[in-house]
Amino acid sequence: MTTTTTTQPSELEDVRASTATDKRRVQRTELWRNRGLLLPAVIFLILLTQIPFLTTIGFSLTKWNLLYPNDRAFAGFDNYTSALTSGDLWPSIRATVLITAFSVTLAVLFGLLFAVLLDRPFRGRALARTLMITPFLIMPAAASLIWKYSMFDTNIGMLNWVFRTLHLPVVAWSTEHPMATVVIVLTWQFTPFMMLILLAGLQGQDKGILEAAQVDGAGTWRTFTWITLPHLRMYIEIGVLLGSVIILQVFDPIAILTKGTGGTKTLAYLLYERAFIGLDVGQAAAYGVVTVVLTIIVATIALKSVFKVFMAGGSR
Amino acid sequence: MNGSGSTTRSKTSARGALTTLVTWILVLIFFFPVFWMVLNGFKPESLASSVNPTFIFKPVTEGYQLAMDRGMAGYLQNSLTAAVIATIISVVLAIPAAYALSIRRVKNVENSLSFFISTRFMPLAAIVLPLFMIFKTVGLLDNIYMLAIVYGAMNLPVTVWMMRSFFLEVPYEIIEAARVDGAGMFREIVRIVLPLVLPGVAAAALISFIFAWNEYFLALLLTSSAARTTPPFLGSFVDGRGQFLAVLSAAATIAALPVIIAGWAAQKQLVRGLSMGAIK
Repeated sequence: MTTTTTTQPSELEDVRASTATDKRRVQRTELWRNRGLLLPAVIFLILLTQIPFLTTIGFSLTKWNLLYPNDRAFAGFDNYTSALTSGDLWPSIRATVLITAFSVTLAVLFGLLFAVLLDRPFRGRALARTLMITPFLIMPAAASLIWKYSMFDTNIGMLNWVFRTLHLPVVAWSTEHPMATVVIVLTWQFTPFMMLILLAGLQGQDKGILEAAQVDGAGTWRTFTWITLPHLRMYIEIGVLLGSVIILQVFDPIAILTKGTGGTKTLAYLLYERAFIGLDVGQAAAYGVVTVVLTIIVATIALKSVFKVFMAGGSR
Repeated sequence: MNGSGSTTRSKTSARGALTTLVTWILVLIFFFPVFWMVLNGFKPESLASSVNPTFIFKPVTEGYQLAMDRGMAGYLQNSLTAAVIATIISVVLAIPAAYALSIRRVKNVENSLSFFISTRFMPLAAIVLPLFMIFKTVGLLDNIYMLAIVYGAMNLPVTVWMMRSFFLEVPYEIIEAARVDGAGMFREIVRIVLPLVLPGVAAAALISFIFAWNEYFLALLLTSSAARTTPPFLGSFVDGRGQFLAVLSAAATIAALPVIIAGWAAQKQLVRGLSMGAIK
């Protein structure tokens, strides 16, 4: 660091007074120093995420089963073609996309309902909000277990107790409706997530406009659909993007509730099975790469509009 | 709306009371599984695993005792170690990065930010195999510190984005004044910026802690016994035989409690962390 940087105002727009070369030198040291601030985080992430990801791509092009460690060779796209022909991949992509789509949609709808209900003032609102966010905070593994045994179980589950009390047939949730079982638990966990995001949106609404609409005689419903919903659009988009990206990777409820049976074998679970039970590293890596491709597809669909929002909120 | 003022008012207040009632019913239904979990944890096993639910009973700590007998303290200890170290790593690395991306100027801020956001969106499934193989080769599988480091990387993008949103709120005049006074960069961060964004740092740390504490996938695959954390320990209940709802509920309550308390305490900042700072 030269003395120039400390004695002169180092802000880029303020250096007009100094000479052109000085200006350039100040700028350059500034930029390098700032890059230095950024570097540790970037290097750390490259080491632990980017390089492993490239290695996964490498693995996916290799014939490599841990049962036969010596029989390891370059395999080209064999792992991908066998993934397509073995009939594992498409059902898994289907399961991943369906579980994500259902859970995110339901969570947004319930989240919207609760956000609207908890936005209006009433007694004990703070307590109601606190109770509502709990399902999202609870350890996901614990949530799945609690649902599996104390809610869905055919003997001791509360849902079936309610069904019996109402003289309805008992349902073996995780075997009869595996997809619904997973979606219910995920919806339960992610409704608070959506609610929090939408609640922030509702609180950011211009109250004056709402009052004006009421005075003009627009009913509650019309005010909601014409003014509130368009205002919430950005928040819904953020919720959908973040929720989708997280649920696309979903593993915990599958491993605990259904073990991938009945059309619920998501890509993450399939990879787990292939790698850690089947010990087929090459094949599993191919599933890992497919997961990334799927995430990228979903994210780019949602991201285009959302990224603008992120940036708009974040530039000085 | 027609009619006289008083009937309108009583009509709207009746409607308000009804909405409040419906709200509470829905909230309580939604919260019920958590309530039921806590309740079952204090029941003797025979009552917890009975076909007809019991709401009134004499609470016992049998379930908690049994959970501890299964060695839960050790798993909690591992979870705490992993979550705390991961939080320290991500906060320490995120402060300078967020500072550079908000108050200082870097070329191509957008590129750096999208680098972080795309890393956040990278599925863990895409990186777990090489990490497993490398740790296995160098004998660091089932090592809690390695798990903590991976969690640190997992949380770093969120922490950077979230802190940046707090840093952007620091009034520019304050930083400018510090610079005119000739404060060096390190002093500028530690003395002037950090105290102003301390609530943001705390919130980011809390979010980071929550994610690491709750993580199941990597914990299941990268640990086996010595470094096993609480989520895979809970997951092992799936293979249980006989009646175990009371002990499971007690164990789940203990496991969930730290994060529930942390989350309740950080309620106001939660949405900001979850949306990576996009929503305040």
